[in-house]
Amino acid sequence: MSDKPHLDQEALAELQDVMEDEFDVLITTYIKDSSDRIAHLRSALEQEDADGFSKSAHSFKGSCINIGAPRLGELCAEAEKAGRDNRLGDAAAMVDAIENEFRQVEDNLRRFLE
Amino acid sequence: MDDSLSDNRPLRILIADDSDSDRLILKTLLRRLGHEVEDARNGEEAVDIFRQSGADIVLLDALMPVMDGMEAAHHIKALAGERLVPLIFLTSLSDADALVRCLEAGGDDFLTKPYNRIIIEAKINAFNRMRLMHRTLSEHRDLIRDRNRQLTEEQEIAKRVFENIAHTGCLDAPNIRFHASPMSIFNGDVLFACPRPAGGMQILVGDFTGHGLPAAVGAMPVAEIFYGMTSKGFSGSDVLREINQKLGRILPTGMFCCAAMIQADFHLNQLQIWNGGLPDGVLIRRNGALETVASRHLPLGVLGAARFDAGMEVFRTEPGDTLLMMTDGVLEAENHQGSMYGEDRLRRSLEDRDAGSSPFDAVMAGIRAFTGKQPEQDDVTLLALEMVKEADLVGVSERLPQSALEGPAEWHCVYEIQDRSLGQFSPLPLLLHICMEVPGLRRKSGEIYTLLSELYTNALEHGVLGLSSDWKATPDGFGRYYAERERRLQTVTDHFIRFTLSHTMTGQGGQLTIVCEDSGSGFDYQEHTEEGNENGYSGRGLMLLRKLGHSLNFREYGSRVEIVYDWHFSEVAAR
Repeated sequence: MSDKPHLDQEALAELQDVMEDEFDVLITTYIKDSSDRIAHLRSALEQEDADGFSKSAHSFKGSCINIGAPRLGELCAEAEKAGRDNRLGDAAAMVDAIENEFRQVEDNLRRFLE
Repeated sequence: MDDSLSDNRPLRILIADDSDSDRLILKTLLRRLGHEVEDARNGEEAVDIFRQSGADIVLLDALMPVMDGMEAAHHIKALAGERLVPLIFLTSLSDADALVRCLEAGGDDFLTKPYNRIIIEAKINAFNRMRLMHRTLSEHRDLIRDRNRQLTEEQEIAKRVFENIAHTGCLDAPNIRFHASPMSIFNGDVLFACPRPAGGMQILVGDFTGHGLPAAVGAMPVAEIFYGMTSKGFSGSDVLREINQKLGRILPTGMFCCAAMIQADFHLNQLQIWNGGLPDGVLIRRNGALETVASRHLPLGVLGAARFDAGMEVFRTEPGDTLLMMTDGVLEAENHQGSMYGEDRLRRSLEDRDAGSSPFDAVMAGIRAFTGKQPEQDDVTLLALEMVKEADLVGVSERLPQSALEGPAEWHCVYEIQDRSLGQFSPLPLLLHICMEVPGLRRKSGEIYTLLSELYTNALEHGVLGLSSDWKATPDGFGRYYAERERRLQTVTDHFIRFTLSHTMTGQGGQLTIVCEDSGSGFDYQEHTEEGNENGYSGRGLMLLRKLGHSLNFREYGSRVEIVYDWHFSEVAAR
């Protein structure tokens, strides 16, 4: 299990500085986007589309890194690699882990907004 | 020039990323840096936006649905054409192969996630500088290309004007071979040939110092003088003196014209040559022997009139002899190692040539073999003049330029030349010029010139100077005759030669009466007009006079000769 934090407080603070009034919008967008990605990962898994799975995980990884959710980013990287190596057998557990971590991140972000 | 060249103008930046949150972050970052941002959610949208509104810089996510960044990069670079539109890939890719593929697709750099404000700003600025530099260079290149095209167009027009003035005259005569670069006028090389009204031809080969327009400008007056004077019957020396004086006046110091004047007489079978600063010419005898025609003078335009020597060297020739003259481009033709063709190789080309191959072809082939390319590509001017029988050149002299002005029909004039001027000045061009004012006589310039010239030569050499034409029967005597002629001319006093010309119209055309009188004691024209003596010079002259003139009368022991010359409208019109 990764020892990376759920949220990178420093990165978030800098984002807040950059985004100013739009920081809320960004967080909401990220949460919405991430839910879509998780749904996408699951459907790719059902269709046994390893390539689509890998690409989705890759994009998800990028936005997690940018928003300051390093642990979730790392889980996405693992999923991306599994998809690329065509190891979808391990993937269902990975998506579960991603979803769990995402819940944590979402909770933390909502708290951060308040 | 748009104002993105100034640093204040915001850049128009196109970003494409399928992640909404990443796009939002990047867009906000860039806007806060003062730029205008348009965003797309995939590669296809990005290409559409770029096609419609362009962008100064494009940031592309590598992996996107619909159309990925690599393909979009390809399209955008193609649309940008010559413009440099920096293309930066946004990526969390980490393996080297994937990064290399991004660059191969046309990417200029990467930005890795998470985005760093400072790095983004630095990269955008760096690429903007590169973009501006590229555009400045492109603009300068376009400017240079435009200027160059304009210059080429102007040269093309100038070349056409030059060609009209400095036309090649009778260079297409069957006994002339030449090579001149098509743009030779801008190399400063000139090559003119003009038939002489009395038969034979005059050729000028020249090489101005310098290149381009300044060299070409000097060629214009040279052509005017050369063609104008030659077609009026002036000798090579006269033409040289005039050109030298003109060039001395108009050319800046340090600019001059290396030149050779060749006066070819196919009847007397002789060449008179003046070489001022051109490489040695070569006279190739029919039997293969080579003679050098060395430069013995300074180029044209250097010396003042008083010190200029226009004396031409006389070479007796036979049909089949060939004269080669060239500009230094021939000797300076370089091979790959940078060595020059040179005089020795030229001689070897001539000596080693196959029987039946012409000297001209031998030298051209020699240059080609030495340089490994076509001489056509070089600034090479090469002329070969073959001595031929006079009869082989029928028709060449009829192409003298004509004026369409209507001239006088009824006139009378007396022109007398005296003492010192007898040795220094030839009245023939002037007299011919007067006769040529009559349109009907213009096509007859050759015959008229021959009449005038024979009368004048007889009057001067036999009448005034008392020389005997018998001397000229042998080659030794030929030299002695001309030496004696020179000597006696120096001391001539109390003598004159007087021409009286009258012209009147007749029913069928016109009639020119020429009376030539001299102050000499006369000569025995009877002896000279006997049959069988037509090989001698004056003998030939008298035969000619008889043949051309409709009546020929000798008075006062030959010191007064009258010739009546009739011309007919029909003959003139038929030409």
